[in-house]
Amino acid sequence: MKIGVPKEIHPGEKRVATTPEAAEQIIKLGFSVLLESGAGLGADISDEVYKEAGVEIVKDAKTLWKKADIVMKVRAPEQHPELGVNEIELLSKGGNLISFIWPAQNEELMKQLAAKEATVLAMDSVPRMSRAQKLDALSSMANIAGYRAIIEAAQHFGRFFTGQITAAGKIPPAKVLVIGAGVAGLAAIGTAKSMGAIVRSFDTRPEVKEQIESMDAEFLMLDFKEEGSGTGGYAKTMSKEFIEAEMALFAKQAMEVDIIVTTALIPGKPAPKLITQAMVLSMKPGSVIVDLAAEQGGNCELTEKDKVVVKHDVTIIGYTNLPSRLANQSSQLYATNLRHLLTELCPEKNGTINVNMDDEVIRGTTVIKEGKITWPPPPPKLSVAPPPQTEAPSVLAQPKKSAIPDSIKQFLPLLLGGLVLFGIGSVAPTAFMSHFTVFILACFIGYQVIWNVSPSLHTPLMSVTNAISGIIVIGALVQISTPGFFITILAGLAILIASINIAGGFLVTRRMLEMFRK
Amino acid sequence: MSQSLVTMSYIVATILFILSLSGLSHQETSRRGNYYGMLGMAIAIIATTFSGAVNSYAILVCALLIGGAIGTKLALKVQMTQMPELVAIMHSLVGMAAVLVGFANFMDSTSTISGVEKTIHEVEIYLGIFIGAVTFSGSVIAFGKLSEKISGKPMLLPARHWLNLGLLIATIFLCGLFLQQAESGGGTFPLLLMTLIALAFGVHMVMAIGGADMPVVVSMLNSYSGWAAAATGFMLSNDLLIVTGALVGSSGAILSYIMCRAMNRHFLSVIAGGFGTASGADAAVIEGEVHPIDAEETAQLLLSAKSIMIIPGYGMAVAQAQHTVNEITKFLRDKGKKVGFGIHPVAGRMPGHMNVLLAEAKVPYDIVYEMDEINEDWDKVDVSIVIGANDIVNPSALDDPNSPIAGMPVLECWKGDTTIVMKRSMASGYAGVGNPLFVKDNTRMLFGDANKMLQEVLKALKG
Repeated sequence: MKIGVPKEIHPGEKRVATTPEAAEQIIKLGFSVLLESGAGLGADISDEVYKEAGVEIVKDAKTLWKKADIVMKVRAPEQHPELGVNEIELLSKGGNLISFIWPAQNEELMKQLAAKEATVLAMDSVPRMSRAQKLDALSSMANIAGYRAIIEAAQHFGRFFTGQITAAGKIPPAKVLVIGAGVAGLAAIGTAKSMGAIVRSFDTRPEVKEQIESMDAEFLMLDFKEEGSGTGGYAKTMSKEFIEAEMALFAKQAMEVDIIVTTALIPGKPAPKLITQAMVLSMKPGSVIVDLAAEQGGNCELTEKDKVVVKHDVTIIGYTNLPSRLANQSSQLYATNLRHLLTELCPEKNGTINVNMDDEVIRGTTVIKEGKITWPPPPPKLSVAPPPQTEAPSVLAQPKKSAIPDSIKQFLPLLLGGLVLFGIGSVAPTAFMSHFTVFILACFIGYQVIWNVSPSLHTPLMSVTNAISGIIVIGALVQISTPGFFITILAGLAILIASINIAGGFLVTRRMLEMFRK
Repeated sequence: MSQSLVTMSYIVATILFILSLSGLSHQETSRRGNYYGMLGMAIAIIATTFSGAVNSYAILVCALLIGGAIGTKLALKVQMTQMPELVAIMHSLVGMAAVLVGFANFMDSTSTISGVEKTIHEVEIYLGIFIGAVTFSGSVIAFGKLSEKISGKPMLLPARHWLNLGLLIATIFLCGLFLQQAESGGGTFPLLLMTLIALAFGVHMVMAIGGADMPVVVSMLNSYSGWAAAATGFMLSNDLLIVTGALVGSSGAILSYIMCRAMNRHFLSVIAGGFGTASGADAAVIEGEVHPIDAEETAQLLLSAKSIMIIPGYGMAVAQAQHTVNEITKFLRDKGKKVGFGIHPVAGRMPGHMNVLLAEAKVPYDIVYEMDEINEDWDKVDVSIVIGANDIVNPSALDDPNSPIAGMPVLECWKGDTTIVMKRSMASGYAGVGNPLFVKDNTRMLFGDANKMLQEVLKALKG
């Protein structure tokens, strides 16, 4: 099948849906890849590099859309400014489209695509499961957005991030508050931390506390018990009391920190307003707010979408295209996500896709199948927080009851041993007793000697004791000359067998020991 | 040769045997220890041969030469992976010899003792033959299980404990009968019958023990062969045999104890047989997803690691992969990486089995570590490779009280950064226990024949 990658037409969009590296892998799966000329320029990839990877370059968008069986894009289809038609119109009837769709916000688009009898896979609808992580484009884009958020903040912040004592005076470190510790939040924490800032973070989901602390940032505790985890690892809307406590915390922090990065989103809902005008007013002049939720209305009341504004001496950044501001990096990650999706869709590596609706990952990602809207999918069952573990049966914890009390049990073997020895001693003749003495002493010597053997020599030890127990040959030797044909035969056999043991045991031990070397 | 001189030679031989065993406790002195043993044996045989009790030299020399030749041949051609089998079959030979000597002694009508001494002597014969026969048949079965001529699964007869008890009572009863008949010069029939019972007892005992418990069985039979020699010594009033037998017997007993402790099992419960049959509750079901990787990715992981730990198991022996492992180790060490081996006490089918295999492949022994030496340091390990091992790296031994191997100390490799598990397929180990290690997030599975895959890894490392 032919995969077409058109140039992105959204204003300011610099990403591209495949890179030469990814294309090479996709071709290995049996597909052929077409690319609209100049599609990679925004991400600093020239047509020549694509050609070297085996990609066919197509001059104009119209031909590309027509030729391709599968179209891979970044942004959802929209009105083409140069051709004057909507990209949906360009999609051939019954074609396949893989891109960001945002089905919840774009009902009209979904209907139009369904009318085209298309099969549409939405990269924003990849279910949150460990198996699907490698194709989770939202996470890989959020990672970039989090990094870029700190870079943008640094751009507008008039001071160092790290603290220094210089000849010209002391520089205090910048204090950064990150609200929402999802992928973007954690990336922001990591970046700010590596630049030397003091980082604090807050999240409604208690299970991320550990993740925040693992990044060496401070987790702001809220003295309030409420579980904030929704299904699928996302956050949910909290109760009124909780939000009040949360707001009080933010108000206090706003007075202290220099930079606030907000990443709070609840799936399918407008972003919660967390930073009020009053809080902005209380911030120090020159402070910066980066609102990563600007697309969904912003976490700050004063955020203006796609703009940088200065209000009450605080710079508020509302960019929604942060990943596109690192176009090369984000194209690379997005292209890899797409490649992994294609690998899932094409398990036989024969260049055709199989939209297998029994596969949970593909089922979740597919929003329209052959003209039928299949969104929303049944909810995935896995969550980040592990389900409470069933407790171990308490039976095992109880000590086993014994018929004999411990004190007697301890002395029982001694007592029995003593009785046996007494019994033997009372009947045995002296000749036996001298042998018995030797026997018992030898047991103790053996015990003392063997206890120190290093475990690596256990096998040689066994083979050498094997050879030594061939000493039984002595027993046969003293009998071989006893009159009686049968006895001679038995003794002769015993000698033969025992000497196999002696020779075999010693020689194999020697062979083994020769092998041990430093 | 005078009797005093013979006794003196025996004392020298005894001392040499003790020195031999103590020499084997450390690598540096182990070779010397082996030579002490040979010397002691030579002195003992020569002294006995010239003691005056022997005059049929022709048979003696023939038997010694034939036996020696067979033993030499076995020792030279055996493969290191087959060591457990060789050790098991040699145990059976000692048992066999003890039985033969016992019968020969029983038929010897020249002795002049009487009264209590005679009774004690007859009990000694009886015991010697009994232990010898159990050792013989048990070792033969162990050999069969180790060489996979017999299934490794425990064979559990119904009411097997009662069966064992019945056999024991029959043995004691026959002993009484034997003593009674021996008074009047008879007793052959009860003795033969007891020998058969003892043989059956040995078979039944080892058949009931599972393959995972083999290290215990092998060392236990080692111990038995010693006791058989000691019993023969009592029978012949020969102190050298008694001492040597006792040395070997206690050595084997200690080894069995060490093995049992390594599996957190009680000695009696191993002997009673049937692995995992006693646990009442079901072990937790293992759920999750495995992350397979290929040889090339493995090589990448190894190249980016600083500290690497290799955990070999029986699977390495089966695949004969130890030489490839050594080549990979050498390559990585030349690159300046820290490579070590972690050996679980019961890895393999015999105590110390893995050490011998690695030594055969010329892995230096100072990078081969015991479990106790490394179990604290897993967080410093970047990549660990599990080759053909399963139960000895099973986390459920520590955190699932219902697991059949609960409480057994294991190599905690999952505490390192990444664990690569080499396995032929997703089957459970010898103990038949699922392993949650395979589905851990930091575990990668490399499926395929261990030797073939390691060779591919080596190629990828060099390429």
